[in-house]
Amino acid sequence: MRKVKAAILGPGNIGTDLMLKIIKKAKNIEVALLAGIIDGGRGLDLARKMGIATSIDGVEAILADDSIKIVFEATGAKAHLANAPRYHKAGKIAIDLTPAAVGPYLVPAVNMDTNLEGDNFNMVTCGGQATIPMVAAVNRVTPVEYAEIVATISSKSAGPGTRANIDEFTLTTAKAVVKVGGAKKGRAIILLNPAEPPIMMRNTVYCRVQHPEKLEEIRESVARMADHVRSYVPGFRVRLEPIAEGNKITLMVEVEGEGAFLPKYAGNLDIITAAALATGEKVAERLLATCS
Amino acid sequence: MKKIRIIDATLRDGMHAVSHQFSPDDMAAIAAALDSAGVDTIEIGHGDGQGGSTYQYGFAKASDEDYLQAVSSVLTKTKLDILILPGIGTEPDIELGAKYGAKVVRVATHVTEADIGAQHIAFTKSLGMEAVGFLMMAHMAPVEKVVEQAKLFESYGADMIYVTDSAGAMLPWEVAEKISAVKAAISLPVGFHGHNNLGLAIGNTIAAVQAGASSVDGCLCGLGAASGNAQTEVLAAVFDRMHIETGIDLYKIMDAAEDEVRPRMHQPQAITKLGLTIGWAGVYGSFLLHAVRAGQKFGVDPRDILVELGRLKTVGGQEDLIIDVASRLAAEKEQRQEKACAVEQ
Repeated sequence: MRKVKAAILGPGNIGTDLMLKIIKKAKNIEVALLAGIIDGGRGLDLARKMGIATSIDGVEAILADDSIKIVFEATGAKAHLANAPRYHKAGKIAIDLTPAAVGPYLVPAVNMDTNLEGDNFNMVTCGGQATIPMVAAVNRVTPVEYAEIVATISSKSAGPGTRANIDEFTLTTAKAVVKVGGAKKGRAIILLNPAEPPIMMRNTVYCRVQHPEKLEEIRESVARMADHVRSYVPGFRVRLEPIAEGNKITLMVEVEGEGAFLPKYAGNLDIITAAALATGEKVAERLLATCS
Repeated sequence: MKKIRIIDATLRDGMHAVSHQFSPDDMAAIAAALDSAGVDTIEIGHGDGQGGSTYQYGFAKASDEDYLQAVSSVLTKTKLDILILPGIGTEPDIELGAKYGAKVVRVATHVTEADIGAQHIAFTKSLGMEAVGFLMMAHMAPVEKVVEQAKLFESYGADMIYVTDSAGAMLPWEVAEKISAVKAAISLPVGFHGHNNLGLAIGNTIAAVQAGASSVDGCLCGLGAASGNAQTEVLAAVFDRMHIETGIDLYKIMDAAEDEVRPRMHQPQAITKLGLTIGWAGVYGSFLLHAVRAGQKFGVDPRDILVELGRLKTVGGQEDLIIDVASRLAAEKEQRQEKACAVEQ
């Protein structure tokens, strides 16, 4: 079967985990190149061992190869802001795992089917991928006036990029809670916990709703949405079923990583690479359909 | 004469004790009294800092901006200070503080996570304000770790480093050890923020000063999360007896506490069994009222919730875990009761 060629820019934790996921699971895409700017490191070594082409020429190596149709950006927001127009000019589709938000926010369980026009898709944040489907699940039963999400991750799973600009997480996630989740207003909080052994990623979602008496319908909708998320993030679980207090709905979800490249507690990294893979597959499916 | 800077946090940490329900008028009245008593700096806002008004931490009576406006309009000499917990508060919150004349921003992180505050320290400095690195839950990390994190804050450009006993769990010699180690390792002033869950807020603050701290926190009437903070008016009196200059007029600060704060308190600030449990188990002070509510909702002893939160090594801000723990303890309790019934039958 024909596959679409994809490149990953950024051979760090996220990029390497994504590479392994594509190799293991993808039906429509294959990794043609893993590119970075510094040699050495586990990601590039692993790629070479697995027979995947690598480069330390960064974005230039990707732009030089016309056969690459999809680029997964696993660098940082600044790098993607610089690279995005170049991908566009070269006719490549970008799936952006940084908080740069050049393209529209994409959360596969919520807006992938309606949102695949364009050539740049932003994966929001790990906390956004875990919680926005839940906000949307509540919102399709009763309008959500305000949604607040709290993501708690282990200190070990928060990389230097996240740490250096933690405001990007809170501000980007809050915006996407509104734009994709459907809440009228949104807030996001991120907490790091250094406990050993590391804690699993855990997310709390609070929604102020118009009709809290529809709790049974909300529970059913949340369970259905969780099944949908689980179809591309196997370790996604509802930890606390929705409960109602006044007009506040509270629910909790946790994400256990697959443990392919990253440890199981790093569900926060797992969910964003899983979302990127799901998006890449869909984009590739469309490309294959139009090219055949 | 030796000098100590007192930062009064009645209008920030004290907000925990009133479930963040001081009105802007309440704040203005208390702030005016603190200003007139000669307090160097006052910290205001939601108990969890700017942006803290949420489901997770409880909604405040008014917005951050309303509080800033009310307080900034009454201050004459006293410096205005705001608290930012990275992950909760953001750069726009710092900008808002600057707009209302805040002169000090304290950037508070868990004692092992200073690096998430680098951007906020830099941003504070870029606006020309004083930046303080505030290491919370200092009892949870060994001395070397506290020193390492203090140095990080220094490297980001902080003007002062605070060692913060958020759980009121530290003993005087532990405070002295950590303060003197940080003092020796950096070239900035060092501060201490204590809680009274073990009845040691004043004693620990004195230990901190003797170990080299030159800035300490207090709250009028000892207000604050859990069993409250060191009592500002008591600190003023004690420092006077120690021949340490604070710039505070003792009668005026006593009056501020008695006339402006005490009538506005929701309950006496005491070491209740839950406050004591927090200090003993080493749990974040603001969990207290949340644990009480969760205990009522799920029918479990809030002390069991707090002890379990300590066992799980929770950090400041993880209030959502309280519901999770309470619901799990309730389920376990139910299971035990069912088993007991089955045995009886």
